Amino acid sequence: MREEFRILSTTAILGYGFPMAAFEEGMKRNPHLIAVDGGSTDPGPYYLGAGVSFTDRGAVKRDLEIMIKAGLERRTPVIVGTAGGSGGRPHLEWCREIVQEISRENSLSLRLALIHSELDKDMLRQELAAGNITPLSPAPELTAKELDATSRVVAQMGVEPFIAALDHAPDVILAGRAYDPTCFAALAIKQGYDPALSLHLGKILECAAICATPGSGSDCIFGYIGEDYFRLEPLSPVRKCTTLSVAAHTLYEKTNPYILPGPGGHLDLHGCKFEQETENTVRVSGTKFVPANPYTVKLEGAKRIGYRTVSIAGTRDPVMIGGIDEIIEGVKARVADNFAGKLGSYHLRFNIYGRDGVMAGMEPTPTTQDCHELGIIIEATGDTQKEADTVCAFARSTMLHYGYEGRRSTAGNLAFPYSPSDFHAGEVYEFSVYHLLKVEDPAALFPIDIIEL
Amino acid sequence: MKTKLNDITEVIRSKNAGPYELTFDIMFRDYDGFERVCKAGVINEQLVCDIFKVQREDIIGIVEFHPAKAMKITIKRPIPSGNLGETDVYGAQQHAPLLGLEFDL
Repeated sequence: MREEFRILSTTAILGYGFPMAAFEEGMKRNPHLIAVDGGSTDPGPYYLGAGVSFTDRGAVKRDLEIMIKAGLERRTPVIVGTAGGSGGRPHLEWCREIVQEISRENSLSLRLALIHSELDKDMLRQELAAGNITPLSPAPELTAKELDATSRVVAQMGVEPFIAALDHAPDVILAGRAYDPTCFAALAIKQGYDPALSLHLGKILECAAICATPGSGSDCIFGYIGEDYFRLEPLSPVRKCTTLSVAAHTLYEKTNPYILPGPGGHLDLHGCKFEQETENTVRVSGTKFVPANPYTVKLEGAKRIGYRTVSIAGTRDPVMIGGIDEIIEGVKARVADNFAGKLGSYHLRFNIYGRDGVMAGMEPTPTTQDCHELGIIIEATGDTQKEADTVCAFARSTMLHYGYEGRRSTAGNLAFPYSPSDFHAGEVYEFSVYHLLKVEDPAALFPIDIIEL
Repeated sequence: MKTKLNDITEVIRSKNAGPYELTFDIMFRDYDGFERVCKAGVINEQLVCDIFKVQREDIIGIVEFHPAKAMKITIKRPIPSGNLGETDVYGAQQHAPLLGLEFDL
């Protein structure tokens, strides 16, 4: 019987950090792989569309430097999935520069593999016309017009591109957009370990110590893959992996915990057993992988819809609070009238904290009845930053001096915490592609660059 | 006798499941509470429609997950994450209506 495959997962997202003691504890277990997931769609469409990382450069460099140095010392590969947060071309480039800087500053020679995942729009137009792109419910059908308007599209790779990259024996792999478990699972699968168990373990390792109790998004976790099981072990003495904490993590951010779809098929957890092995380790078995025919990969895309300016204010006046809806309508009407025919299409919104600022239409008690103060965010989105500025500033000054019914406070209606009162939020993006693409060859979409540093 | 959901659960949370879905996890303290709630069928489509003010066709699933003593509700997001009108990009603060629930079990 061969030995267990050992994986050190350092943190929930590259740049979220980890304690050195836990990392060293992980290295003592002599891992075959040091891996980390670098991204998520959770922070919203801006980062994908604008080509910007949602994680901080300094924090990413700190994590990577520790991982790469330890990896080189032990000849253990370091793999990063969804580099730069979204895995597009600029995100991957951003992360490559960080690795280059680490190599230069520490005089480290290393072989770096980059796996690209940003797709060419011409190719996608052809695939769309050929009927190979279908919406991932509840996203709408993709149209050629919507694709044209999209700033950037990435595809979530499966394990195949990683396996192809590993043939080059790299020290470090930076992958573009990757299905979260793949950066953990690919090397084990390449070496013949069970794909279902490897992917299911990867699914848990991708959030690092969030699967332990107490959970943490900034601590390491260790995974072992055997012939017909996998195991999880926390590396900080304060944490335990329990059957509940591990099973509970299986629910996290999923639609259905029994069926976990990914590139080329889905994991089926109906027959899964979670067993407490020791006080702080859990053993899982029974996961199945059900291949899909045809093989599909998930596409993610975002389009720019304009520019945003926001102003933050509050009111403590009970008469104003009671009349807030009429006041907002009055201000909106004044803005529309003042710039009739002068501005392009704009979106003006007053988000009212204290009433329904968090849940909007789902708020069960959208009332100001017991509120003694309200937070108000005036948000203007326009075709240009200048137009957004104009709408926001005019709405702000109009609301400040608006003469509402029963008003006593004739010197001003709003409390501004800051001067200046208005802030540029810059480009605004929306998700425009969330679809499946049929592929013949699951590695062909994802070209690999090998760079000697 | 009314049982408060808060009293028999460890975790009640919400989060995006991708940019187009919102998912709620209810993790029970013990199997007794989990099974009583499942058996009573009180966390159902009608309840979800009522507390979140959504239509039945917007409910993607209500699943009992035995290994974690948990129930999961997944609904279509009112708008895709980050679209104009967004108030909670991560979807992490939409769980409050579940906290106050009480049932006859």
